[in-house]
Amino acid sequence: MIEKALSGSKRYWIWVTLLLGMIAIGFYAYMNQFNNGLGVTGMSRDVSWGLYIAQFTFLVGVAASAVMLVLPYYLHDFKKFGKMVILGEFLAIPAVIMCMLFIVVDLGQPMRIMNVILHPSPRSVMFYDMIVLCGYLLINLVVGWTTLGAERKGFPSPKWVKPIIYLSIPWAVSIHTVTAFLYAGLPGRHLWLSAIMAARFLASAFAAGPAILLLLCFIVRKVSKFNPDPEGGAIQSLVKIVRYAMIANIFFYILEIFTAFYSGIPEYSAALRYTLFGLNGYNSLVPIMWTAVVLAFLGVAILIFPSTRMNGATLTIGLLSIIIANWIDKGMVLIVAGFVPNSFERVVEYAPTLNEVLVTLGVYSIGLLLITILYKVAISVREEKAS
Amino acid sequence: MSINRRQFLRRAGVITALGLGSSFVISGFRKKEVAEAAGFAKAPKDMPAKRWAMVVDMSKFKTEADMNKVVEACHKLHNVPDFGNPKDEIKWIWKDDYHHTFAGGFNEYLDENVMHSPFLVTCNHCDNPPCVKACPTQATFKRPDGIVAMDFHRCIGCRFCMAACPFSARSFNFKDPRTHIDEISPEYPTRTPGVVEKCNFCYERLADGLQPVCVEQSNGGLIFGDLDDPNSEVRKIISTKLTIRRKPELGTQPCVYYLVGGGEHD
Repeated sequence: MIEKALSGSKRYWIWVTLLLGMIAIGFYAYMNQFNNGLGVTGMSRDVSWGLYIAQFTFLVGVAASAVMLVLPYYLHDFKKFGKMVILGEFLAIPAVIMCMLFIVVDLGQPMRIMNVILHPSPRSVMFYDMIVLCGYLLINLVVGWTTLGAERKGFPSPKWVKPIIYLSIPWAVSIHTVTAFLYAGLPGRHLWLSAIMAARFLASAFAAGPAILLLLCFIVRKVSKFNPDPEGGAIQSLVKIVRYAMIANIFFYILEIFTAFYSGIPEYSAALRYTLFGLNGYNSLVPIMWTAVVLAFLGVAILIFPSTRMNGATLTIGLLSIIIANWIDKGMVLIVAGFVPNSFERVVEYAPTLNEVLVTLGVYSIGLLLITILYKVAISVREEKAS
Repeated sequence: MSINRRQFLRRAGVITALGLGSSFVISGFRKKEVAEAAGFAKAPKDMPAKRWAMVVDMSKFKTEADMNKVVEACHKLHNVPDFGNPKDEIKWIWKDDYHHTFAGGFNEYLDENVMHSPFLVTCNHCDNPPCVKACPTQATFKRPDGIVAMDFHRCIGCRFCMAACPFSARSFNFKDPRTHIDEISPEYPTRTPGVVEKCNFCYERLADGLQPVCVEQSNGGLIFGDLDDPNSEVRKIISTKLTIRRKPELGTQPCVYYLVGGGEHD
């Protein structure tokens, strides 16, 4: 089936070339980091994780969000998602691969990464994160490829793939739960030391992930003859999922705010104060965080009112608002502010360097290229069937 | 006997699996032997202990220069590079004031001098080290004598231990450290870029029957010994005087104790 990605319109090849160019720039920037060490990034002794790990965290959520299609379709027989499920699975695969790449580019000694397997450490959450991420990648590769292959030949999917599909549902929840445990189990990092962290992660994932998927569906409808929502109603159902997940996400965030501020324990609210109001005169994240707050409420509002929710243009704005709000919250602020103030109650700020941004864009370009290839295959198979 | 393609592939698969499987079994056995052979040989003058601990008696440090001497001796011995900026900074033992060292216990009526008086801080070699739990490769581990040590050759530089440590005791080699060492000390290895490091309670000196270099340079301000031995000086101080530890509420059981008010002890 992969040969379908090798033929395409001029527009397709221009897009692929553009992505390859971005990847080349990112690779060059990574070579600079590889040769000169992580000193070329904005990370420091105090803020020892930055943009890379934050992207990893955000993308685990995107990967997990495929379950929001798989679960209604396979468990509740919600037929309307039938044409969309494959797009969810084919979004999960590049998302997991991007997660892994962000871990690799964050390592000080990437050549030693196999030490994680050579010296397995079951007491480390990272060990389990490796297992669930690799497993999730494998599950989605097998399920996506097999179901699409069967569809192409006009057969129903083989029976053996069903149990794997069912397994993918709890597995998707597990990848984001374990990722939350990376942070939520650390003593002395008060922003992260919260029982609701995993729930918050899942809520934000099920908002941002399907929102990204919806935007991809709109693009697919524009650039191809394949309609992911032929009967109508699938898109609006997914919009409702995004809306409720985002409301839950905001609710969980308010719970954090209440506990931290009403209890009055200074350490518990210090990082939140830093992100929302600034601390000791440092406030570089404040405007960014308030942008996220405004966009979160704007997005929910757009997705609530039928007139804005049904309108393609406003719906796109609403979904973009939700994606950006979640990206700011999870793909930047949560990880960075976890280190602020440091364990000496001093504020050390972090800002990514150009090199770091280029590497990040390079990894995202690899992900976009993979999405393009996989979606091209899926769309070509569907177009072939339709004609 | 003729076999078709499918049978050939199946048999080839089984044989490969068997071969790979048994090689794992063999290497599993060998690993144990290698580990034993490479294990810590007891050095002739090794100072044995069940639980190394340190007491910091700040009253013995008369001036900041007394503290700087300690810091410099440690960093010189362990080839700790000086990058000259706080972003890439590597430190094993350093100074911070009372207010920040014992963060969380802010008291606005506290005497200004106490508030800003410098304290020596280093790795606490916790009984329940969160860094050891976090490490995905066991590159950081707790020795039987309580020292939390690092294997610089195994560390993958993921910095999970730095996120886990509630005391900011760990530093990462963001840049090549070897180009920023004034004079390389032959007593301790230099590091590659991309690995984490921290205080090791001078286990290389303990193996030679020597006290940690900071203790040696401290004029009695740092007292080091076996907490498990009821007759050790550290144990006597901790059981008879008022000592405090950093962030005891986290349950990591730090093994660096701060003697408050000083006073006489033998």
